[in-house]
Amino acid sequence: MKEGVVLDLTDLPPHGLGTASLSWWGTLAFMLIEATGFALSIVVYLYLMSLAPRWPPDAPPPDLLPGTTLTVLLVASLFPNILLARWARDQDLRKVRIGLIIMSLIGIAPLVLRAFEFPAMHIQWDQNAYGSIVWVMLGLHTTHILTDLVETLVLTCLMFSRHGDNPRRFGDVSDNVMYWNFVVATWLPMYACLYWAPRL
Amino acid sequence: MTSRNAGALRDTAFDAAEIDRRLAAIWSTTPGVWGALATVDHKVIGRRYITTAFVFLALGGLLSLLMRLQLAQPEARFIGPDRYNQLFTMHGTNMMFLFAVPVMQAMAVYLVPLMVGTRNIAFPRLNAFSYWMYLAGGLLLWIAFVLDTGPDVGWFAYVPLSGPQYAAGKRADIWAQMITFTEVSALAVAVEIVVTVFKHRAPGMSLDRIPLFVWSMLVTSFVVILAMPAIMVASTALILDRLVETHFFNPAEGGDVLLWQHLFWFFGHPEVYIIFLPAVGMVSTIVATFTRRPVFGYLAMVMALIATGILAFGLWVHHMFVAGLPRLGESFFTASSMAIAVPAGLQIFCWLATIWAGRPIFTTPFLFAIGFIVTFVIGGLTGVMVASVPFDTQVHDTYFVVAHFHYVLVGGAVFPLLGALYYWFPKLTGRLMSETRGRWVFGLIFVGFNLTFFPMHILGLQGMPRRIYTYQPEMPWSGLNMFISLSAVILAGGFLLFFIDVIRSARTGAVASSNPWEASTLEWATSSPPPPYNFARLPVVGGLDPLSDRRDVLPVAAGLRVDRRELLVSSIVEATPEAREASSGDSIWPLLAAIATTATLIWSIFTPWAVVWGSIPIAIALIGWFWPKGVPEDES
Repeated sequence: MKEGVVLDLTDLPPHGLGTASLSWWGTLAFMLIEATGFALSIVVYLYLMSLAPRWPPDAPPPDLLPGTTLTVLLVASLFPNILLARWARDQDLRKVRIGLIIMSLIGIAPLVLRAFEFPAMHIQWDQNAYGSIVWVMLGLHTTHILTDLVETLVLTCLMFSRHGDNPRRFGDVSDNVMYWNFVVATWLPMYACLYWAPRL
Repeated sequence: MTSRNAGALRDTAFDAAEIDRRLAAIWSTTPGVWGALATVDHKVIGRRYITTAFVFLALGGLLSLLMRLQLAQPEARFIGPDRYNQLFTMHGTNMMFLFAVPVMQAMAVYLVPLMVGTRNIAFPRLNAFSYWMYLAGGLLLWIAFVLDTGPDVGWFAYVPLSGPQYAAGKRADIWAQMITFTEVSALAVAVEIVVTVFKHRAPGMSLDRIPLFVWSMLVTSFVVILAMPAIMVASTALILDRLVETHFFNPAEGGDVLLWQHLFWFFGHPEVYIIFLPAVGMVSTIVATFTRRPVFGYLAMVMALIATGILAFGLWVHHMFVAGLPRLGESFFTASSMAIAVPAGLQIFCWLATIWAGRPIFTTPFLFAIGFIVTFVIGGLTGVMVASVPFDTQVHDTYFVVAHFHYVLVGGAVFPLLGALYYWFPKLTGRLMSETRGRWVFGLIFVGFNLTFFPMHILGLQGMPRRIYTYQPEMPWSGLNMFISLSAVILAGGFLLFFIDVIRSARTGAVASSNPWEASTLEWATSSPPPPYNFARLPVVGGLDPLSDRRDVLPVAAGLRVDRRELLVSSIVEATPEAREASSGDSIWPLLAAIATTATLIWSIFTPWAVVWGSIPIAIALIGWFWPKGVPEDES
């Protein structure tokens, strides 16, 4: 079949940013998958709760201090995270580097608090079904913090390398920022479920 | 940064032959073993996926023949109960997780980028990774079976049978971990398809110009994304119960066995539509081509696809009607199960209207489409029957249900798939399949299928339960069972002829032109098989049927670079061009990441520490995968 040129793409940018970025959409799709997983874990928690004569079974409600501190820290981390998003959008390499270092440190802090959170549940995973779902929910969320931290650390190294000053990398930083917002956002219903459902 | 691109070589500077030469140099997979392991070409991976899935189909078919041999007469001693349990579990697991879902996604991996007019799938390396994961999951299941460790708890692995108390050894773990492999790969492909359809459509292919097969795969991918996490949660909880003594499904410690059924079927029922919706897209494509007119009611068809995708999530409890759930809940799920027959019926009538108004040409693909309509309607009717609680209570776990779901799955998905293979074979291989053999294949499979599975309805009504390895001569079942087993030989003969036809046609079939069926979708605008870059210049779409609108000249876009893998990003609704974007080159890292993940997942059947230690090589592989290599594709 003969071809007839009817459109010239020469003047298009050589890389898509924002909603024209493929990795932005990919991140969004993976967030949808993981959000479904988080939602299902909450459903399992509520399902088991609906069956139990007492809740929590054979354990006091979890201590509020470590989990609440972690929640406050996560919500507070949104502030530097949003600043980092702004710097990435402006493609300001120096500020992005600083922002990534801050976000790396902020990624480590909740892991330390998490270490106190597991014992504050006053239940082991192998004691009863309540313990099992509590540990799985905490574990699932911890995995997300951990993977985001590793991603942030790698990005930090990348931004200090010769590959850093590239719109593509600033797009990666934006996606990383979005993913951290997601990690924080998913924690809030988990927190309400884990700490306040037993107090209803 | 644009300045870095200013001196880049573009297709506007060269004639057609030179563009082809330069694009081939950039996009081709390197010959040899390394190239085969590192390729990210969606066509190579798609063909691999399809071939592997059909190998699993053949293996699963052999298992069913063994079962039919055992059941042909009462009290046969050919296969013992333990082996029989493994056989039916392997058959179901293999057909659902290693054949039906992957083969539909595989067709999309090959076809969707071509049909939307782009050069590769979104996230080509993830695509390579997903294939390796799928292959590893399949090998895990089959190697375990050969070693007499094949799962024996049924394809839906109900607890407590599959739990730590009743399923000692590793058989149930193999099942649960195979789930992880196939779900990872299915989810990865779903993400690729969604992003490809959203962002890689040819300029002008607005939402109302997307081919129906692509629509069906888009809806399917969303169903995958929302349904598969449920089975991952379920199988993970099962592994944890078995490995580290959690109590999700242990009623003695506050767990619940029905929790498994809810989680499984919240995935398991949408799974049926994950298999069926792509088939619907295939039938629409075939019917349109061979009636020489667009499908009647495009908008209604798209709405029916979306409605089916949504309703699919509201039906799962109809698999649990005998589990003793509250009456009101059962009534709700009866209503929703019947409701889904509405969009399905709508589509049937649209196809009938298309055939009625068109000039049908009875080629092999079209015969399979007709066979689909007949068989699926029968399966749909028994579906409406088992949606009713009293009827379901009577036939639950009998051969009536076996007959029903084979009518829906084989009639509803395998017939369209075989038709699709005959239809797209020229695009896959550059050669046509044999029309003579194709008619025999259709005849044998259609007749063999109905003779095999229709009597199962009667067996079920006579009370023969499924999953029994033998039965007593006093039961009134032996005559029909012998009939079914003999009919299965006809069915198997049809499939054997099909495989022979595929192999012979791939070698010596008639060479196909770029558009042998005079079809109207974009995959036929390029050669058969397409070059590594699919389109030398990306097509521009002006209507729903881009090839039938202006047959002589194909409108195209120019201005892409010829010195890096470049394609187009377009907007979601109108598909207006937004950016030229690089597409990843070949890489060995997806394979390495898949090997690391495979080792971790298999190791974790034995110790939870595998997850800790295994995450290190996985992380290394992923960093190697994403770290920029300073290639032109990284420029922006």
